[in-house]
Amino acid sequence: MDLHLGDAVASAAERAALDDAVGPALLATDRTAVGGRAARSRRSLLLGGLWALQRRVGWISPGGLRELCERLSVPPAEAYGVASFYDLFALEARPAGVVHVCDDLACRRAGAEDLLTAVSGHEPADRSVHRAPCLGRCEAAPAALVIHAGERPVEVSVGGLDASALAGLLAGVVPSPDEPGPVVRSRGPMLARVGVIDPTSLAEYRAAGGYEALRRAIELGPQGVLDTLAGSGLAGRGGAAFPTARKWAAVAGQPATPHHLVCNADESEPGTFKDRVLCEGDPFSVVEAMTIAALTTGCEHGWIYLRGEYPLARNRLAGAIEAARQAGLLGDDVAGSGRRFDLEVVVGAGAYICGEETAIFNSIEGYRGEPRNKPPFPVESGLFGCPTVVNNVETLAAARVVLDGGGAATKLLCVSGALERPGVYEVPMPGTTLAQVLEQAGAGPLQAVLVGGAAGTFLRPDAFGVELTVDAVRRVGGTLGSGVVLAFGVDDDLGDLARRIARFFRHESCGQCVPCRVGTQRQVELLDRLAAGRPLGGVAQERALHRDLAQVMADASICGLGQAAAAAVASVLDELTGAGERNPGGRRDLR
Amino acid sequence: MVGLATVFGAGGGTSSYREVEEAEVVVLWGSNAREAHPIFFHRVLQAVRNGARLFVVDPRRTATAAWADRWLGLDVGTDIPLANAVGRELVHAGLIHEQFVASATTGFEAWVESVEPWTLDRAEAVTGVPADAIAELAHAYGRAQRAQLCWTLGITEHHNAVDNVLSLINLALATGHVGRLGSGLSPLRGQNNVQGGGDMGAIPNRLPGFQDLTDPAVRAPFEVAWGRPVRGTVGRHLTAMFDAMEHGALRALYVMGENPADSEADVGRARRLLAGLDHLVVQDLFLTRTAELADVVLPAAAAWCEDDGTVTNSERRVQRVRAALSPPGDTKPDRWILTEIANRLGAGWVHGTAEQVWDDVRALSPMHRGMSYARLEAAGGLQWPCPSDTEEPVSFLHGRLWAADPAERGHPAPFHAVDHDPPVDGLDAEFPLRLTTGRRLDSYNTGVQTGALSSPLRRGEELEMGAADARVLGVRDGDEVVVTSRRGSVTVPARIVPGLRPGLVFLTFHFPDQVDVNLLTIDATDPRSGTAEFKATAVRVDVSAGARGGAAD
Repeated sequence: MDLHLGDAVASAAERAALDDAVGPALLATDRTAVGGRAARSRRSLLLGGLWALQRRVGWISPGGLRELCERLSVPPAEAYGVASFYDLFALEARPAGVVHVCDDLACRRAGAEDLLTAVSGHEPADRSVHRAPCLGRCEAAPAALVIHAGERPVEVSVGGLDASALAGLLAGVVPSPDEPGPVVRSRGPMLARVGVIDPTSLAEYRAAGGYEALRRAIELGPQGVLDTLAGSGLAGRGGAAFPTARKWAAVAGQPATPHHLVCNADESEPGTFKDRVLCEGDPFSVVEAMTIAALTTGCEHGWIYLRGEYPLARNRLAGAIEAARQAGLLGDDVAGSGRRFDLEVVVGAGAYICGEETAIFNSIEGYRGEPRNKPPFPVESGLFGCPTVVNNVETLAAARVVLDGGGAATKLLCVSGALERPGVYEVPMPGTTLAQVLEQAGAGPLQAVLVGGAAGTFLRPDAFGVELTVDAVRRVGGTLGSGVVLAFGVDDDLGDLARRIARFFRHESCGQCVPCRVGTQRQVELLDRLAAGRPLGGVAQERALHRDLAQVMADASICGLGQAAAAAVASVLDELTGAGERNPGGRRDLR
Repeated sequence: MVGLATVFGAGGGTSSYREVEEAEVVVLWGSNAREAHPIFFHRVLQAVRNGARLFVVDPRRTATAAWADRWLGLDVGTDIPLANAVGRELVHAGLIHEQFVASATTGFEAWVESVEPWTLDRAEAVTGVPADAIAELAHAYGRAQRAQLCWTLGITEHHNAVDNVLSLINLALATGHVGRLGSGLSPLRGQNNVQGGGDMGAIPNRLPGFQDLTDPAVRAPFEVAWGRPVRGTVGRHLTAMFDAMEHGALRALYVMGENPADSEADVGRARRLLAGLDHLVVQDLFLTRTAELADVVLPAAAAWCEDDGTVTNSERRVQRVRAALSPPGDTKPDRWILTEIANRLGAGWVHGTAEQVWDDVRALSPMHRGMSYARLEAAGGLQWPCPSDTEEPVSFLHGRLWAADPAERGHPAPFHAVDHDPPVDGLDAEFPLRLTTGRRLDSYNTGVQTGALSSPLRRGEELEMGAADARVLGVRDGDEVVVTSRRGSVTVPARIVPGLRPGLVFLTFHFPDQVDVNLLTIDATDPRSGTAEFKATAVRVDVSAGARGGAAD
């Protein structure tokens, strides 16, 4: 393309970082130059290139961006649009060391706000503190993500943050790669190996029964796998509960080639951390599960789209992929099947919306992570316009268990908040009530439980008897979603939490469609008015306004973010407007 | 046009614009279409989007080249060596369309013999383009199912313009990339009606309908219709006219819509000759520099908005033009002026409508015969040949070459063995730099049509040069420099740009009032086409004394 790149110049460090991440610019001499398709086909390197700059110098400088644009033939305005889409990228110079402190739901109730207030204005010159939405360490709240840019960048997720630990981080303590504490609280076939075997050892994984499912899948052949999966009734665990066998069969049957496989490990739903636990604790099971999916659906290449806040999971997955390649379990002849499959990890950069099943494609392809209109559905036209299977980590893990003969009988729950034993619980589904889980986790008297995350709803104690299945939760007006069970005690401030959820959606709305972009802002304003005791035309009018807002967003947003952005707030709105009759003892004044 | 007419008998691009979108390979040779033909380039971009591979052959790494899968940066004036090397590679790689060559062409063996010396290595040495890039172009073009070969003034503004064109046509003949949907040869024209001017006979050897003036059988119907004999002697093209002025054979000139006092190569000579005429009449929209020299200026209406008629674009599409405004003041449509002059000379013409004139053309031009105004309007334009009211025009020419029946196939298309003939204005120690000229996106030729419109991109004339040359010459961005050729010299600010290799500098001739670029250019002309070698001037660049003073601060 005839790009107008501007005059900014990249530093030697930036160029070196890009050499590693995207390689040199294409051949260009006085006499000939390669470009066109060869250049444009490198667009998908953009996200990785931005990460390379960010990790090396701590921000995306104009010079670095210009150099990247030149190497990839991307218009600078577009690249800027992509870079500015993601929270973890800085477009203005800032200290190389950044502490992202989670101030989202679980961390909030665990005191994150006090930590942030205490350090506000006291950051040293070479460190800065940023607020972050949920970092997926809810079982160890409050949590932080530390990123030190440099030649040897450091990225570490830190749990159990307190004032002295935060002071240490700001004083320059470089935390060591963090091994999460005990997190599996209730074990089934999916979590059988997490915390038990060495997650970096393929031998231990195999000794624990690993890769049996792949062997069986190869024996059964694609149709056999699809039949087995259909028989299990497995439905997607990412929130939409679409029958997995149908999705796979749809892609397997597409005449267009190639087919692609995307593992959605961008779990960013506040309160969710199960996929992280699987990727960190049992990465080979994710790789094996993807291999099964690929062989069944005719994919030769897979992508794990992992959220950027999970550095340990990234290392573990990368290690598992390499070990699987070495062992012939990935590559040109997968486990002697004669079939080819390989996969790579793409690291997101802090954008909740990229977990949406089509936004993830745009993000991988190097565009802003904005959801696409459907149809066409991913099974017809997904990543790079090809038929694509996109499954959540847990769904794939569950499919692997099905092939292992275990059935699809368990569900992972992300249990955190006001209870004794936070962590991931693998529980029978159906057959488990919310109350049972809460008891198992050692919950005291509760005001409410947020089920399904920010896109879910608050359930009251009178609903705790609900069985944790997709349908049963739906019947009480909630959604099981990503399996979040986030408990709030009687002293927790639901109004504050509701406002945090509203701000979350405002911040995470990609801005592409108006009902969501404007609606999420209006919702924040509405809650702020209520909190300030200045309702517009009275509380009843505010309630009606919120109903309208919720309806418009649900009807007219193109993706689930806008459609669900008012649900959790609506579930406590009666309470917040003083009209709540349920659990009056737990209600707190909004101010 | 001469090259195409020589080979195929019809002087027009063989394909329609939209066919470029069907091509698997698009070659833009000597064409900065991104800037000079932006509308056509939209089609190219669509082709690229559809998956076509784009090759750009241009000494400069232009905005067009920036879109290319491969850019081949040849030395100015080495198009024939490059084309011949591509041809040789086609032969040696077995990429010749044997069946097409056998049935539809002549002269293949002689052509093969002529390209044989042009090995990739020799071509690299002469053109500067790496051998692998030449081979890549040859293989891509030879293997494509459908390929478009397009060129512009980089091919035709040379003293051997026709040979350049023939060397490209040879490649299309060798691979069968002509006469099929999506495969063709497309010279891109700079004006909306260059094609129409030629088609209507505004060429020294043609009658309306691009018919051969020298053929008595062709002249006969014209003589009947016009009621008088038509002389079969070929007239002079523009460059020959200036030569005739020089020798005193031509003493009076009637110039319509042309500004040779700015646009001719070696413009100093052109102005001198124009000023020395006994009588100069200029008919134009504007008081151009040529008009300033005239004895009589006839203010003309703007044909595109103040008069009715037709234009014919480069894909041979005849389109209606309608008057949207009344001509200002005493300006008159060209047709009215011509009729009045004819009548002053005693011809006794009546003032006809544009449609009546067009119907006269249709009566005498077989290829336009089916194009009534009603039909042109209904179809939104029609492509020639359109010989009858009932026939639907085809979008490409020369499909006959693919016919199985020899009678239908008609005259085979001849290969023409052509060889390298370097630019006339050679480089030496005194004039070591190659100046080439061209256009920028927002300006047009001598600026008559664009100078009055503001553009945020326009910076006035600048000598573009690469950073390496600038360093050697001690030139900084914006410095005034003196550019000198064997004919003249101009002062112009320098601009350092990427895309120009050492030894190559670039100017436009959009701003003759600021920088008289054509004082530098050479009027070495291909006698067959009448086009001067604007693309290749030997120059020297010196920092002007004034700029040196300024540089001290």
